[in-house]
Amino acid sequence: MAETQYAIEMLNITKKFPGIIANDNITLQLKKGEIHALLGENGAGKSTLMSVLFGLYQPEEGVIKKDGQVVSIKDPNDANDLGIGMVHQHFKLVECFTVLDNIIMGVEPTKHGFLQKKEARQKVLALSEKYGLQVDPDALIEDITVGMQQRTEILKMLYRDNEILIFDEPTAVLTPQEIEELMQIMKNLAAEGKSILFISHKLAEIMAVADRCSVLRKGKYIGTVETKNTTMEELSAMMVGRNVNFHVEKKPAAPGDVILDVKGMTVASKVHKNNAVKNVSLQVRRGEIVCIAGIDGNGQTEFVYGLTGLEPLVSGSIELCGQDITHASIRKRSTSGMSHIPEDRHKHGLVLDYTLEDNMVLQRYFEPEFTSKAGFLKRGPIRAYAEKLIDQYDVRSGQGPVTIARSMSGGNQQKAIVAREIDKDPELLVAVQPTRGLDVGAIEYIHKQLVAQRDAGKAVLLVSLELDEVMDVPDRILVMYEGEIVGELDPKKTTQEELGLYMAGAKRDEVSP
Amino acid sequence: MTLLLQYTLIFASVLMLVALGGCFAEHSGVINLGLEGIMVIGALGGALVMRYMPADTSALVMVLTVMLGAICFGVIYASLLGVACINFKADQTIVGTALNMLGTAGATVLVKAINTAANPNDVSSVIQYVGAKKNFLVNIGGFEFNWFMLIAVIALVIAYVVLYKTKFGLRLMACGEHPQAADSVGINVYKMRWCGVLISGVYGGLGGITYILAGVSEWKFENGVAGFGFLALAVMIFGQWKPTRIALAALLFGLFRALSNVYMGFDFLYSLNIPSTVYNMMPYIVSLVVLAFTSKSSRAPKAEGIPYDKGQR
Repeated sequence: MAETQYAIEMLNITKKFPGIIANDNITLQLKKGEIHALLGENGAGKSTLMSVLFGLYQPEEGVIKKDGQVVSIKDPNDANDLGIGMVHQHFKLVECFTVLDNIIMGVEPTKHGFLQKKEARQKVLALSEKYGLQVDPDALIEDITVGMQQRTEILKMLYRDNEILIFDEPTAVLTPQEIEELMQIMKNLAAEGKSILFISHKLAEIMAVADRCSVLRKGKYIGTVETKNTTMEELSAMMVGRNVNFHVEKKPAAPGDVILDVKGMTVASKVHKNNAVKNVSLQVRRGEIVCIAGIDGNGQTEFVYGLTGLEPLVSGSIELCGQDITHASIRKRSTSGMSHIPEDRHKHGLVLDYTLEDNMVLQRYFEPEFTSKAGFLKRGPIRAYAEKLIDQYDVRSGQGPVTIARSMSGGNQQKAIVAREIDKDPELLVAVQPTRGLDVGAIEYIHKQLVAQRDAGKAVLLVSLELDEVMDVPDRILVMYEGEIVGELDPKKTTQEELGLYMAGAKRDEVSP
Repeated sequence: MTLLLQYTLIFASVLMLVALGGCFAEHSGVINLGLEGIMVIGALGGALVMRYMPADTSALVMVLTVMLGAICFGVIYASLLGVACINFKADQTIVGTALNMLGTAGATVLVKAINTAANPNDVSSVIQYVGAKKNFLVNIGGFEFNWFMLIAVIALVIAYVVLYKTKFGLRLMACGEHPQAADSVGINVYKMRWCGVLISGVYGGLGGITYILAGVSEWKFENGVAGFGFLALAVMIFGQWKPTRIALAALLFGLFRALSNVYMGFDFLYSLNIPSTVYNMMPYIVSLVVLAFTSKSSRAPKAEGIPYDKGQR
């Protein structure tokens, strides 16, 4: 047998679905002991390629080789037998089982039919020591942190002596410290001879941890580069097919009249007895983007709920364009000129099992344009309106207006919401984490839309957790800490470090609204 | 007092067997609301064996064949739930309810047909088993020991060991909690759910025959099993889907059920002059009250009631 430097090779893989070529002649070669990143936008074909590797789909063309030998993978068990393991983006862990039970499940050591957990525990402890994966084998999954759950998933692969480890967007759910730890763990694993495939669209992480990077775009293989010979700009250009501007281009703001005037808003918390938002006052003017920054869970969500009417206020008042809307219904707020791009697009943004066209008119179906005098929906105008928005905002979907929202990619779902909210021609646009989970192309697009709204003389209130976004997009930053506004910063004059101090509560000013 | 103990134990045995059956099905991810129907059909299986076995059969053979009859009928009937809910992904609540209605009705029709064939004037749905019943009983002093009490204890031990000490149990419970996780490590979710449902048929059938052997020596199948399948579900929920707690819950419910049979033996209770119907209602009222207060903190297997679809990720 000829020696090969590749642990796994996927050569010229083509996989077609009705109407779409999900993988078009893709080649991916994973060297032994390397960390190889697989980069691509949402819908570029990464998941399909991995499904082919795990035998969930059979490719029309192409072969898979393991250590130079052609192998046939018909189902995930074949992949397991070949030593291929995967940490899924959504963990496959049974919450009410212990860490140990989850690790051994499927390959349980037994004697006379009874479980032998003692041996298993020793093996797990030895592995966790060897690779620096701290876990408590007897803790229940539901009691441990996301980071520890991920380490459990990694131990699951190691317990099965897998040689090829696939990480599917592993950092999406982690805190910055946990990401740091994960990077170290991945390096340890590679140093011990494991081959790692790292699926991601976060360029900084790929540059930090990967040796090589293969890029997919719209189902096609673009190329493989050594990370030490490339730059983030080059990678992102490969990924989206054009140069992406990481910085938002915008003219200086020209603030006009006050559109939103919040005075002394206090909102109760659902998780504890204290108020989540305490006596917050702020104003947003025509023609400016104001950003509420802060670490997740410091009252931003509740503030937006109070502002948009999802939760009642304990005290305080809200004025929109001079009109008091403190006690107004959600529809009243909407028709008075407030648009809301919600934080949770599945829960508050879309009715997932409705069609795209129905989702497009969710807040306007009752208007005479879409409802006849007798109370019936006018399907024709609704279809036409949806088609207009789809076209104008480049919302991509399988079947156009009649696509079920659930089947669309996250980026396009978000685009649909943005289209609907902006096309309402609001006075105030409330955008909460509008770019969460999106790839760079879609992020750039949404940022441009926010700036365009500002330039059109609207007031924009952005709530964000992403430091880059906070520094780049707004004209004014308000930092929220434990339910209070603790600082107002000018993004042109401040630094990420100073912002971080405010966000962590280490620094605060007395802020007048 | 002995009588109270005797009735408590036999009713607790019934509830425990059936609740453990439900526990297996639910841990595999299938809600088995059809336990009531499975009990009736299991009881029918056992009763038919008793009717047709020669009277001089030895006690051991009789006990074993009756058990076998009840188990076979229970398993076959439970497999209807399996086909509908696992293979055809039907709504488990509706299928379970249908099984309950079909169970009593089907058993009644069948027994009536058998009775009428034997004697054209007999249109009752009654099977008598006065003679055969003696094989199940052993008198110890004043206490009438029923072999099913022992079988219930054995069934409890088996359930505990299988669920917590074997890889089968670990895999079964994984299928009820997170079938995608089980699938990702190569466990066949459909197979495990079938196992859960069939085991509930075994336990449910045994519970059914135990119930009709508990007090009387003939059974009128029109009456079904008087909601004992549902009481067992309450026992299962109160027992938090854990075998040992189910055993304790079964004893508590069994006690209330037994009181309605024997309260006249207690001067104190008799002198209260409460109508007997109140005692008859007790187990059901207790289950309502208990569930109202405990179901909020109860933690059912997470994926139960959701048909597993391999394609869905």
